[in-house]
Amino acid sequence: MISFKLEEEQQIARDALREFADQVMRPIARECDEEEKLSEEFLAQSWELGLVSTQIPEAYGGGGEERSPITNAIILEELAWGDVALAIAALTPAAFAYAIVDHGTDDQKQAYLPLFCGDSYHAAALAVNEPTVAFDPSIPRTVAEAKGDGFVISGVKSFVAMGDRASHFLVVARNNGGLDAFIVPRDAEGLAISKNEENLGLRGLPTATLELERVELPASARLGGEAGSDVRQLLDNSRTALAAAMVGVSRAVLEFAVPYAKEREAFDQAIAQKQGIAFKLANMHIETESTRWLVWKAAAQLEQGIDATRSAHFARGYAAEQSMWIADQGVQVLGGHGFIRDHLIELWFRSARTISVLEGTLGI
Amino acid sequence: MIDFEPTEGDQKILDQVRAEALICRNYARYYDEHEHEFPPEELEEAKGKPNVYTMFAGRSESDSGIGIMSMLISAGQTWGDYSVRMHRGTGGLGNAALRAAGTPEQNEKWGETTLAMAITEPGCGSDPSMVQTTAVLDGDEWVINGEKIFVTTGCRCDGVVVWATVDKSAGRAAIKSFLIEKGTPGFVVAQKEKKLGIRADDTAAFVFSDCRIPRGNLLGGNEEVQQKGSGGFKGVMKTFNMTRPGVAAIGIGMAEAALDFTRDCLTEAGFEITYGGGLHSAPAVVDKFQRLEAKYEAAMLTILRAAWLSDEGEANNTEASVCKAKTGEAVRQITQGCIEILGPMGISREHLLEKWFRDVRITDIYEGTGEIQRMIIARSLLGYTRKELN
Ligand SMILES: Cc1cc2nc3c(=O)[nH]c(=O)nc-3n(C[C@H](O)[C@H](O)[C@H](O)COP(=O)(O)OP(=O)(O)OC[C@H]3O[C@@H](n4cnc5c(N)ncnc54)[C@H](O)[C@@H]3O)c2cc1C
Repeated sequence: MISFKLEEEQQIARDALREFADQVMRPIARECDEEEKLSEEFLAQSWELGLVSTQIPEAYGGGGEERSPITNAIILEELAWGDVALAIAALTPAAFAYAIVDHGTDDQKQAYLPLFCGDSYHAAALAVNEPTVAFDPSIPRTVAEAKGDGFVISGVKSFVAMGDRASHFLVVARNNGGLDAFIVPRDAEGLAISKNEENLGLRGLPTATLELERVELPASARLGGEAGSDVRQLLDNSRTALAAAMVGVSRAVLEFAVPYAKEREAFDQAIAQKQGIAFKLANMHIETESTRWLVWKAAAQLEQGIDATRSAHFARGYAAEQSMWIADQGVQVLGGHGFIRDHLIELWFRSARTISVLEGTLGI
Repeated sequence: MIDFEPTEGDQKILDQVRAEALICRNYARYYDEHEHEFPPEELEEAKGKPNVYTMFAGRSESDSGIGIMSMLISAGQTWGDYSVRMHRGTGGLGNAALRAAGTPEQNEKWGETTLAMAITEPGCGSDPSMVQTTAVLDGDEWVINGEKIFVTTGCRCDGVVVWATVDKSAGRAAIKSFLIEKGTPGFVVAQKEKKLGIRADDTAAFVFSDCRIPRGNLLGGNEEVQQKGSGGFKGVMKTFNMTRPGVAAIGIGMAEAALDFTRDCLTEAGFEITYGGGLHSAPAVVDKFQRLEAKYEAAMLTILRAAWLSDEGEANNTEASVCKAKTGEAVRQITQGCIEILGPMGISREHLLEKWFRDVRITDIYEGTGEIQRMIIARSLLGYTRKELN
């Protein structure tokens, strides 16, 4: 039945996170970006919301709620509206944990899920992106080979969120012609973790480059065990999550630009009264809405277990194009003031460019 | 629950619509090339087959809403052809106005007839408050004088809802809708327009000279002219909240046909269209095609969003404009892009793609141009009145 109806709990979650984003994230976003430093206090506050543990089964210490990509897409839009770097920092463990819930063996669930059900923030991350031109997540350069009962992995992964402290990385690699994901502990021999990367945007988010040089792993490190896992689904899930975050950035820009344009005057009128500006705002709204529905459709398919590859491809591709365009228009609406770091528009412009080239990273 | 999958019951109806649409497609080229012939009321192939709308009976609460289904059915039909239907539809744009603004008695009297809607005049289109056609009360009759152009279904309708002013000095508040039946003395169908696309559609020009209609033909029956505000006018404008998504749905169906044709051609030529690879992994032509597909998806979802709000009984004024603006632009980009992809094959009249390219162009014009929709959206975002942004 085609419906856009939010469940009551989804509305409650959205409203609560909107408030959290507004009161906790917005005030610190600029400082984290300027100082290239995450707020530990924020991590603790976000952990208290139970964002990560809620959808982990009770048997492993979690909240036991059904996995819901739709609910998570809604939550992610709100958090990214607050700040993308902080949103990714808060939800990086969830991306890892959801992959284990969705694809892990019982032993893997037993081993890793309890890590995310404790009282304090625990980091583990997806390692999908690679620093290659025209990166294609479906044919990574990182490769696994069978060796004895286990595997040997080599390759380079970049933009690995929370790389400064993650206890484990879920590394996507080519294996025997297909794709697999491997759980690699931080202290694995042959794994070199760089110091924090210096990126265009999301500067508050610590990210690292991982160099894997013949890292030896036991058979049990392969996600899904002997059967392996549906890495395609995992990547679709990430794409939908990234797109949801891009909707948050777009909405942030639009909601900032609208009151600004009403206030700012030129040629005896508010600039918003000029169609050149008003129509930009209308287009920004149209595309923010369009993108959100693409995200919801992909998330609904993921939730229902329907093949979401096509929808996730559209959601991510469309969101990438539109969120960059919207942020770009936002700068233009503010004129010179859009170029100055006093306003968050400048930060969102960099966030949009940064997040829209990523794969992996998030999960819903 | 958020869900984008039609139920089994929905799908049965939509499958039948598509099956019929394919039959209609066989007639598409003929009526495009014979602009002054009308497609039949009912195709030979329709004899004995139920009209899809009768399949609405027996639907359950768990099926998709009526508004949503109407959009999907419209899109399914125009995926076949814009103007040729197995069965003629149950009304024109005027019927929507009657349902929205007519009294129960008026609905009783004209509900079963096909009504066109005549707002546009030679000197006024985007700004309907400039309507020059006049209605003057003379005893128990209204006397209508003026010209209307671009009236959809103008030739084949049984009657028309006409916008006219009862007092030129009173502005928008004095604009009222009147129901005028065909055959009324003084009402002449001046011509059928010749068009770029949707040629089988009868778009007509009307002239009213001292055309006398009963006093009771004033839609809604309220003769009062409010001196302040635009309450009455806004009531009239409400008609658009489902007709805008409706014309968007009509447009998106044709764009989908263009995409399906292009996909088949690409596949036949050996291009593999897969999803899930990197942003730069597909050949340029496949990437271009997929971007057009994404625009289709996005536009379709905005239409469903507007229709869903209406099904829920919620206001959808802004969303109706969002979907109209989005779709009006998307269908142009999609059909233009498909021709670009197929090159000389795309412009050949051997295929219907060049026709779809012409047919969809109207989507961003009628029921308010893309610019007018953006103005409505911007006013709603900014909390502006018509005076503050125009
Ligand atoms: C095939 C067809 C069927 C139609 N069916 C019907 C029908 O059934 N009933 C009916 O009443 N009408 C109908 N119309 C008329 C249609 O609704 C009008 O053509 C349309 O609203 C635009 O009006 P216009 O042609 O007078 O253009 P204009 O109003 O002259 O506009 C010209 C251009 O100026 C732009 N513009 C105008 N005002 C503004 C503004 N304030 N800000 C920015 N840009 C602006 C417009 O967007 C457009 O791009 C039909 C038209 C066609 C072609």
